[in-house]
Amino acid sequence: MRAAVIVFPGSNRERDMRLALGGSFGEDPVMVWHRDTDLPKVDLIVLPGGFSYGDYLRAGAMAAHSPVLREVKARADAGVHVLGVCNGFQILTETGLLPGALMRNADLRFVCRDVHLKVERADTAFTGGFRAGDVLRCPVAHHDGNYFADAGTLDALEGEGRVAVRYCDETGAPTVAANPNGSQRNIAGIYNERLNVLGMMPHPEDAVHPLLGGLGGKPLFDGMAAGIGDAA
Amino acid sequence: MKAKVHVTLKNGVLDPQGKAVGHALEALGFDGVGDVRQGKYIEIDLADTDADGAKARVEDMCQKLLANTVIENYAIEIEA
Repeated sequence: MRAAVIVFPGSNRERDMRLALGGSFGEDPVMVWHRDTDLPKVDLIVLPGGFSYGDYLRAGAMAAHSPVLREVKARADAGVHVLGVCNGFQILTETGLLPGALMRNADLRFVCRDVHLKVERADTAFTGGFRAGDVLRCPVAHHDGNYFADAGTLDALEGEGRVAVRYCDETGAPTVAANPNGSQRNIAGIYNERLNVLGMMPHPEDAVHPLLGGLGGKPLFDGMAAGIGDAA
Repeated sequence: MKAKVHVTLKNGVLDPQGKAVGHALEALGFDGVGDVRQGKYIEIDLADTDADGAKARVEDMCQKLLANTVIENYAIEIEA
């Protein structure tokens, strides 16, 4: 199974992502610089974390209009799987591939700590390594992770099973205290309608080895290797 | 000509930065400070000579890049 990681000026989690993908997929992903005009044929495209273009104007706004994103959008529309983490999630909302927006954290502080996440469903190409309701632990590190959408969009996301992961406590309860940034309905990650695009603020790629403090994110990568690899 | 664009958060979208600025103004002793909303101001020099055409182009710029219309409104002024 082949993956590509898109690298922008200001990306900083691309190598973590590369190791996590390589570790589960058994194949080193292709690193694609944002100016490269031809994106190789791959089964999964990943937009990594960081501060693309220095978060100028709005987090993700500049990257969302870069030439390579037009190609990413076309591939996503054609059914290729796309994963955006942190800044990658911000870019996906700015392109319109995912609804809503990521606003400044409610307490205005950069938040960098481990959180617990509840996996809402296990029957997508991304989450086959989990059981529905599983609680995993992995880090967040962001200043603009406060998920906002209007009530109609939120209801649609919930009704269509498009909430991927929610901030929760260790038992899986989506409490206010467990919400690190003020996200509406504790939303940490969402899918598009076709379930082939996933955006999330937390960093599963930084929880794939005991030396990193845990293996909470590993089932996501193992699950994608099976779920997306089989479909490809 | 010149375009002046104000980008502001929509009503109903919480503005924690504006709120923090409001609290700071109160702490400085300024009375009667109500709701504070923070936004962006952007100036663009344009080669256009027709104001209506310029406004239409800046409108397109706002839709495509300058504002995130999920959370923001924009207002455009064109100056000769």
